[in-house]
Amino acid sequence: MNHFSKHLGVLAAGVGVSALVAGAAYADPAIIYDLGGKFDKSFNEAAYNGAEAWKAESGGAYIDLELQNDAQREQALRRFASQGANPIVMAGFSWGTALGTVAAEFADTNFVVIDAVVDQPNVQSIIFDEHTGSFLVGALAALKSTTGTVGFVGGMDVPIIHKFYCGYAQGAKAANPAVKLIENYTGTTPAAWNDPVTAGELTKAQFDAGADVVFAAAGGSGLGVLQAAADAGKLAIGVDSNQNYLHPGAVLTSMLKRVDVAVTTAFKEAGDDATFKPGITVLGLAQNGVGYSLDEHNASLIDDALKAKVDELSAKIQSGEIVVHDYTADSTCPGI
Amino acid sequence: MDLALVLSTLDATIRLSTPLLLASLAGLYSERSGVFDIGLEGKMLMAAFAAGAAAAVFDSVWIGLFAGIMVSLATAGLQGAAAITLKGNQLIAGVAINMLAAGLTTFLGIQWFAQGGRTPQLAAGERFTEITLPFADELQGIPVIGQIYHDLISGHNLLVYIAFLAVPITWFVLYRTRFGLRLRAVGENPKAVDTAGISVIRLRYQAVLITGLLCGFAGAFFSIAQGSGFGNNMTAGKGFIALAALIFAKWKPVPVMLTCLLFGFLDALQIRLQGQSILGVQIPVQAIQALPYVLTVVLLAGFIGKAVGPKAGGVPYTKER
Repeated sequence: MNHFSKHLGVLAAGVGVSALVAGAAYADPAIIYDLGGKFDKSFNEAAYNGAEAWKAESGGAYIDLELQNDAQREQALRRFASQGANPIVMAGFSWGTALGTVAAEFADTNFVVIDAVVDQPNVQSIIFDEHTGSFLVGALAALKSTTGTVGFVGGMDVPIIHKFYCGYAQGAKAANPAVKLIENYTGTTPAAWNDPVTAGELTKAQFDAGADVVFAAAGGSGLGVLQAAADAGKLAIGVDSNQNYLHPGAVLTSMLKRVDVAVTTAFKEAGDDATFKPGITVLGLAQNGVGYSLDEHNASLIDDALKAKVDELSAKIQSGEIVVHDYTADSTCPGI
Repeated sequence: MDLALVLSTLDATIRLSTPLLLASLAGLYSERSGVFDIGLEGKMLMAAFAAGAAAAVFDSVWIGLFAGIMVSLATAGLQGAAAITLKGNQLIAGVAINMLAAGLTTFLGIQWFAQGGRTPQLAAGERFTEITLPFADELQGIPVIGQIYHDLISGHNLLVYIAFLAVPITWFVLYRTRFGLRLRAVGENPKAVDTAGISVIRLRYQAVLITGLLCGFAGAFFSIAQGSGFGNNMTAGKGFIALAALIFAKWKPVPVMLTCLLFGFLDALQIRLQGQSILGVQIPVQAIQALPYVLTVVLLAGFIGKAVGPKAGGVPYTKER
């Protein structure tokens, strides 16, 4: 199907314009955003930015879809696949079951899933070393805290968010072994990704309990954490996208997860079987897949000494001198 | 638990019970006049959206509040037209309002702002911020009383004070004014009120519009006071909890306040209990988060005995011809 349409496109180029348009549209990449919405200023928006970057670079077009509920997953995938979109990229950890079913049905379509692992010959699974990125911001939080207490507000209570927390906690302990940690989650349903009010309340409670830096790993809900920090004159740490600009001076840094880079690369490479890499791709500190953000909005919060300390930790993780435990490996977080 | 932690929990209690209190009092007016209102949720949601959108577009918290109240009044008017003038089923009118609000706010949000249904983040001048009451900072040093004044009573936003002021005002209106007497009468025996030469329809419309006004404040609280911007379905069922509080309090203003404070306290407590262990047992987050709802059911089912609402509630009034 895929190859056929591609040949058709080439053939049609010399024959007729309408056929060319049809052929080109058939090989368009597609992206499906997860619940939380395309413009969540966080995870999904990073995916969107990646798609837009590809569009600006290549001049091509892509199709996209925002999920409204869980039931739409299979339906959306099947629709895009039968339309001939290639590759189909999806962002989010909840895609496992739906993609497993649909990928088997459309063997000629290439799928790329970010944050989940699906074992099919036509699926590339991209996962990030969130624990190492979180380790770095955890260290930053503990070094910046004057009260010795740092907080964490997660979105939905799921293993991948525990992976963030576990890395964050290890980083905080590495920087200050006596640090006290407070851990909260906004909810247990997908609505927890889009509940800034609850996230803000949790943050206020953490501030009242002595925390002065709070890491929000909560998608759209994280906006409530950042707002609460700005209101209280404390510090928050953003996630996924660079969120420093949202409340300059109140956002210490953002734990970057370069979903945008992953999407751009997928759009570039996964459509062609020659460059498509099925299997698991891990993006970590070394590949610049994760990291922390430093720009004009938080330059006054992170001085050179602080930056040097964190960069040293980063180098040690990359050299293997520090091993950051990955929560999702065995569902435990030793020493925390 | 030390005093600071207790005060922080109680402080959050006040914050969290404010929207419940406003919505509950809103429902009180409508239901006392004999119009059941399960559309509290929908009116709040509409108001929250209008307030968040207007505050962001016009850069003013006051225009936001005004827009929220206006939209809530219009929604209440619509519901009133269906339930009073057209004598439709009051429960269905309420359900329709809730569904309309959920769909319309998300749709307009996506159309207008293209942020997945959210309205833009509000800057400092576009939302209600904390008010420090006179002498709060000076009195902070006084143990207990000064701390309570500073931490608990001072430092809330304007809408919180409006909500708690609405309690004595509602009590006064209901039990000490002619309007209140008629309002209570029209919910019990509209025919008697009609016989006395007072318009039942007019009274019920007045009550429904007061409901709209208070729902407007409640909705605005979500988007331009507690939060900074509207998010999809951000009222999250608070309208129904407010309704439960209203029934639990037997349609009386002061018990309504106490019930809302209880529900707010449970919410504040669950936030603080997350991740804590009690007697060495780690309590699952899910269990704690369900606590307010479980208690709502238990309280409603077990403790209040029979809640008898206004006798004419739910029945459209038809003059005999």
